[in-house]
Amino acid sequence: MSNLTYADAVAAFDPVFGIEVHVELNTKTKMFCGCLNEFGGEPNTHVCPVCLGLPGSMPVTNGKAVESAVRLGLALGCQIRESSRFARKNYFYPDLAKDYQISQYDEPTCFEGAVDVVLDDGVVVTIEIERAHMEEDAGKNTHVGGTGGIQGADYSLVDYNRGGVPLVEIVTKPIEGMGARTAEVARAYVATIRDIVRGLGISDGRMEQGSLRADVNLSLRPKAADAAAQSAVPFGKRSETKNVNSLRAIERSIHHEASRQAQLLLAGQSVVQETRHWHEDTMSTTPGRSKEEAEDYRYFPEPDLLPVEPARAWVEQLRGTIPEHPAKLRARLREEWGFSELEMRDVVAADAMDLIASTIAAGASAQAARKWWMGELARVANEREVELTALPVTAKDIAQLQGLVEAGTINDKLARQALEGVLAGEGSPSQVVEARGLVVVSDDGALESAVDEALAAQPDVLDKIREGKLAAVGAIVGAVMKATRGQADAGRVREIILARAGVEG
Amino acid sequence: MSALERSDVARLAVLARIDMTDDDLDRLSGQLSAIVDAVATLESVAGPDVPATSHPIPMANVERDDVVDESLAPAEALAAAPQAQDGRFRVPQILGEEA
Amino acid sequence: MTDWSLPEQAVRSTAAQMADALAAGEVTSSQLTQAHLDRIAAVDGPVHAFLHVDAEGALAAAESVDADRAAGVSLPRLAGVPIGIKDVLVTKGLPTTAGSRILEGWIPPYDATVTRKVREARMPILGKTNMDEFAMGSSTDHSAFGPTHNPWDLDRIPGGSGGGSAAALAAFEAPLTIGSDTGGSIRQPASVTGTVGVKPTYGGVSRYGAIALASSLDQLGPCARTVLDAALLHEVMAGHDPHDATSLREPIPGAVSAALEGASGDLSGVRIGVIRELGGEGYQDGVRQRFEEALDAARGAGATVVEVSCPSFEYALAAYYLILPAEASSNLAKFDGVRFGLRVERETVERTMAATRAAGFGDEVKRRIILGTYALSAGYYDAYYGSAQRVRTLIQRDFTAAFEQADVLVSPTTPTTPFKLGERIDDPLAMYLNDVATIPANLAGIPGMSLPAGLAPEDGLPVGFQILAPAHEDVRLYRIGGAMEALLTRDWGGPLTAQAPALPTSTAEVAK
Repeated sequence: MSNLTYADAVAAFDPVFGIEVHVELNTKTKMFCGCLNEFGGEPNTHVCPVCLGLPGSMPVTNGKAVESAVRLGLALGCQIRESSRFARKNYFYPDLAKDYQISQYDEPTCFEGAVDVVLDDGVVVTIEIERAHMEEDAGKNTHVGGTGGIQGADYSLVDYNRGGVPLVEIVTKPIEGMGARTAEVARAYVATIRDIVRGLGISDGRMEQGSLRADVNLSLRPKAADAAAQSAVPFGKRSETKNVNSLRAIERSIHHEASRQAQLLLAGQSVVQETRHWHEDTMSTTPGRSKEEAEDYRYFPEPDLLPVEPARAWVEQLRGTIPEHPAKLRARLREEWGFSELEMRDVVAADAMDLIASTIAAGASAQAARKWWMGELARVANEREVELTALPVTAKDIAQLQGLVEAGTINDKLARQALEGVLAGEGSPSQVVEARGLVVVSDDGALESAVDEALAAQPDVLDKIREGKLAAVGAIVGAVMKATRGQADAGRVREIILARAGVEG
Repeated sequence: MSALERSDVARLAVLARIDMTDDDLDRLSGQLSAIVDAVATLESVAGPDVPATSHPIPMANVERDDVVDESLAPAEALAAAPQAQDGRFRVPQILGEEA
Repeated sequence: MTDWSLPEQAVRSTAAQMADALAAGEVTSSQLTQAHLDRIAAVDGPVHAFLHVDAEGALAAAESVDADRAAGVSLPRLAGVPIGIKDVLVTKGLPTTAGSRILEGWIPPYDATVTRKVREARMPILGKTNMDEFAMGSSTDHSAFGPTHNPWDLDRIPGGSGGGSAAALAAFEAPLTIGSDTGGSIRQPASVTGTVGVKPTYGGVSRYGAIALASSLDQLGPCARTVLDAALLHEVMAGHDPHDATSLREPIPGAVSAALEGASGDLSGVRIGVIRELGGEGYQDGVRQRFEEALDAARGAGATVVEVSCPSFEYALAAYYLILPAEASSNLAKFDGVRFGLRVERETVERTMAATRAAGFGDEVKRRIILGTYALSAGYYDAYYGSAQRVRTLIQRDFTAAFEQADVLVSPTTPTTPFKLGERIDDPLAMYLNDVATIPANLAGIPGMSLPAGLAPEDGLPVGFQILAPAHEDVRLYRIGGAMEALLTRDWGGPLTAQAPALPTSTAEVAK
């Protein structure tokens, strides 16, 4: 473990990094065959001769995947190549059904782009994109046994359901000059990609489900006197960290790697160019398989597939379907909704933007939507250790709930109870309110008797109120609420009390 | 770019995942050297201005619709598996970690 | 006139005659299929054209056709005519080995598109025919299950890689067979067995389900004893397939009407181009003689014969022996003992793969995989594979120029008559020379046919005449091939295969 902190590391050295993001497309079927592209499912139930790599099988390109890849390229500001071919990347691995992966090599469909990434404090960083290309995913190996010894029960079980699922791989150019903000920028970049692919509707973009994966490259080089001199300093040896499956892990893994590499360099040792794996439990990276020599993938153009040649007119038509850049969208909504910068940042961090937007679309005010999602619901989500989107309540429910409160049918406290019911699966808010009888009592007769009862129990209150101690009103309101199990219309109760005291409310 | 050394053949055999005995390597490097010599003349024949033909009959944009096609039943998929377990293909320990 | 009740006569007819007789009710498919199964039982011991015979399945299919015919159901033209399928084609429920130990016993869970078409054409499948392992070879010597023997002389090769499909025809074990041609594997066996073989335009027939050798060169095609029979089968096999992205989106060629037109023997107005580079040194005297005689016959029928030059053909063999191994090395990677086929288990999966492939692949396959791996290696791509693909462009250009001077191009199909089994097995380069005339068509993607040109006087063994047409012009092969066949068989007084020596027969009967 390194004793050097990340701060020390980036003070001593200049970090350069790059990120490869794999986006799993949400097409109905796989990249090169008509098998279902679906997460989960019993093993080997979505396979056919093609994705199983049986002798004689042949791939055929999924047109929808091409369209998604082109749209993604456009959203990343890339140029779309007029003619691009698939290529075979040849290597042997049990999860690779054909023992080659169909990918793109020297002719990626999308290339030379740039993405603006907005950091928390509003600083905008432009990340240059080298390429975005299409490829197919591999199956899944499950390792059984774990003694690490060659003898014994160690073996692996292979499921090819995921084999052949369409991926787009986005590769950045080396990113220099971020200094201490390197980890932050890396995280923000991946979050931006996530927002872009979701905005395009081409992927769920869920890192925890593997539909968005990131590999982070990092190297350190000696610090130079100024920026000009710095860019002349050659890059150091880099490590590539895989298995980084959350935004938080991206930041943490960079912290760790920078520290580790700096420690080595300061001790006069060199950094080994290698692949490493991130371990969330130990918050560290470990080296991957040490290879005797770099793998030779023997790329050559895929003879079974024909070139992809997107017509320029079609590309322009697709350009029209690209939604606003997430940062611009965010800024516009913040203004529309009237949130402060801090409030908006919290909303984004909680991944609640879409939920709030839907709630507003269903009729609630922006502030009300934020209150519910970022308040009570965020609390429940935290408690249950799930994402907001995983809660069994919809934007429509919340809008309806807020509507009931604004109509005076229920008050805040009752609303919370109704929400409990919705979360428990008892139905929509109005159904729960009816079933549980959570309606606010606003019948004056009932309220007046309740007030009188409470006043009778505390005879000196009316005098206190007349003396100006309005806090005493609260005590009676409290007593009435208790007596009515929280279903009294508090405002009306207050009015009645003041009337009894003969005081203006 | 001349004769194939025995060590080259050994390296290629590893890349191609084919075990070879010493005899195999000796025999192969001799035969392959002869073949490589015979085919090595090509580099000078067609200059870089001649485009490569990877598809004899030119076509482009051959795609299929994003529509579900029949999959194999898992029993069919696993029927020929040398070893299967829990509905999956079983293989001995993988030396390297997941790529 | 064929006496259909006599099996010896029945099996010697053409597929066209069989189809007509079936339609006319002169014979049933069960009778025909049984006759062929009996013939296989009688002669396949020495010939060894078949790796697997499916008597039960073939007879069941035949009975079903007979029942439908009796019930007046309308049936496809070749319904009930039995067929053999090269073991490179995947057949659901029937073993498929590609001539290799690594697939010994493998039963595919799916049908190749062409297999499906054959079933839809209601043709009983007699079995799977022998081939060089993974279609690498010109002799069928390299089959892991023993060679096939040429029915003209059992000590000689039947050609390769599709020697089984050609020998089955020459031995009258099947009237039609399906082959695959990557560098001549249909045409060269046709040449050395006195039969007809056609390689369609690349993409004309679906490759889905054909175990891949070199994806940019492979093509499946019809094998038969006559040009018309080949045409009938061609029309069953051809057509666009959504499962094969490289398959052509054009109508099935009118091969049958072209063959019928050609049968008149009239070649007036036809320009025939002789490729200068495919003749001369290395070509056996008798081969050249029969070739010249065929040209004379063509002239007599009104054709003009011109000489054309395709200088880049000098490099065709080298380009082929770089492209094929490169693509094959990748196509054969899937044979790793994980999902199907042979597995030789070791402690790790890496070692298991290496041991499996060492045990399962024969020498020629290993040679070509290593060569291909080399050709694609980092640092060598441009010099080898890249250069070869550029030479391919030159070859296409030469063909294009030549086809401006001639409607079809011709050459002897192969430089020699069939050599003895085992003669060239240890000399790969000598073996590769067999393909010198057939390879250019695969590199360019154009269609080609081999038909019998007679027997070489010095050894009495078959010589083949190759016809090449421009891409998409497969019908030209059938029109001109049909005419050549008519002219030559007139001179011979009948089909060449009628002159084949009688085969030693065994009295073993196929289980009914």
